[in-house]
Amino acid sequence: MLLHKWLTTFGQYLMLMGRVFSRPERMRMFFKQYITEMTQLGINSIGIVLIISFFIGAVICIQMKLNIQSPWMPRWVAGYTTREILLLEFSSSIMCLILAGKVGSNIASELGTMRVTQQIDALEIMGINSACYLILPKIIGMLTIMPFLVIFSSATGIIGAYGTAYLGHIITPDDLTQGLQHAFIPWFVWMSIIKSQFFAFIISSVPAFCGYTVEGGSVNVGKASTDAVVTSSVLILFSDVFLTQLLS
Amino acid sequence: MIEVKHLYKSFEDREVLKDINTVFEDGKTNLIIGQSGSGKTVLMKNLVGLFEPTQGEILYDGRNFVSMSKHEKVMMRREMGMIFQSAALFDSMTVLENVMFPLDMFSSMTLRERIRRAQDCLDRVNLTGADEKFPGEISGGMQKRVAIARAIALNPKYLFCDEPNSGLDPKTSLVIDDLLHSITQEYNMTTIINTHDMNSVMGIGENIIFIYEGQKEWQGVSSQVMGTKNSRLTDFIFASDLLKNMRRIVIDNGLSL
Repeated sequence: MLLHKWLTTFGQYLMLMGRVFSRPERMRMFFKQYITEMTQLGINSIGIVLIISFFIGAVICIQMKLNIQSPWMPRWVAGYTTREILLLEFSSSIMCLILAGKVGSNIASELGTMRVTQQIDALEIMGINSACYLILPKIIGMLTIMPFLVIFSSATGIIGAYGTAYLGHIITPDDLTQGLQHAFIPWFVWMSIIKSQFFAFIISSVPAFCGYTVEGGSVNVGKASTDAVVTSSVLILFSDVFLTQLLS
Repeated sequence: MIEVKHLYKSFEDREVLKDINTVFEDGKTNLIIGQSGSGKTVLMKNLVGLFEPTQGEILYDGRNFVSMSKHEKVMMRREMGMIFQSAALFDSMTVLENVMFPLDMFSSMTLRERIRRAQDCLDRVNLTGADEKFPGEISGGMQKRVAIARAIALNPKYLFCDEPNSGLDPKTSLVIDDLLHSITQEYNMTTIINTHDMNSVMGIGENIIFIYEGQKEWQGVSSQVMGTKNSRLTDFIFASDLLKNMRRIVIDNGLSL
């Protein structure tokens, strides 16, 4: 029974994506929406990404220095592990988990409210493919802005680590710099960006599905918003396992 | 003209519409009335294609909407305008942007022409000075007028209104009724209004269809309502003692409304 329900929902999701990925009625309107969504979902998230990344970068550096560093290990190890954690997992996966909360609930509640207040019906009556008009700009907008968020997150995390060096004197800046530069593999940056693209698709499409298919009233909009965050978070973690295995 | 022939609609094993046959005429305000749960909204949603009929035909000037392809239905919908019970304005857009929206999507007008057309539509519904306001900043009656302006922006041939007076005071309801009636005649549209409002029935009902438990129970014009012998219709329209007494006085004294 549960499997049947899950398969039905997945089928509905695929059908919705089929409607989403069709040619927009008016490209001018699509670009207008695309810019709006990129601003609302992506650019408005830069603040939270920078704040969290700065402090997590600092905390990782402190933890590595205090708990891993020993006389038997090179002094650059704290900087090296901080960079690897930021680049491989934090700036892509964990940052996307945070965004799943912010962006996911925003998308689900916006579309859910539009559904229950008949705004989506109004679009359909006008002969507009409402799924394409409302959801496609969100997905493309998130896919566009996500690499920048990943790069900003990594860079700010490293600035946070330097903050512990210069302000907290936990580690010397030279040791940190040496660790950050040690055995750097450029592919890891690409890996982080590739992973984030998959997560961006999940963050935008799954909450869009939850919101678009709401039936009922405000209680159901709230439920859809919660479902959107939970489902996209689980899917991010689940796909992270496969993507890490595949790309490493 | 919209013709409905042998229309049935079921949800799983529950039959909501049963053998509906009727004609909605051009240039007239056609009213669908009935109790809550009688199937009025389901009928309207079938007419505009939000629901697929289980059986039957819906002919828009001879074109069968039910058998049309998805693309043909989309094209057909561009000839329709709809006013929802909740007005369904896009709350992220200003009043002017809401009215301009169908023009932005489907017209080849320049920006200046689109703005002028939208302002003409707002003038037509007697709404001025609210262009830059958002739907949340205007009253329910004003929202309905914006919805009417948006619905007529592309000069539709068919106008559908789902309980346009819902949530409005009697005076504002009359304004909306008059507006819908005059716009219908001006644009020679086929207007279908789903309503509970008895003022609308008596005031602008040029063709009234009474739905009872999913079936067409009665059809006529507002002047025939007062003298009807259909007990289900009279029970519905003259539900209160006050209206029953008024009807008796009118009939007993040979008066007319």
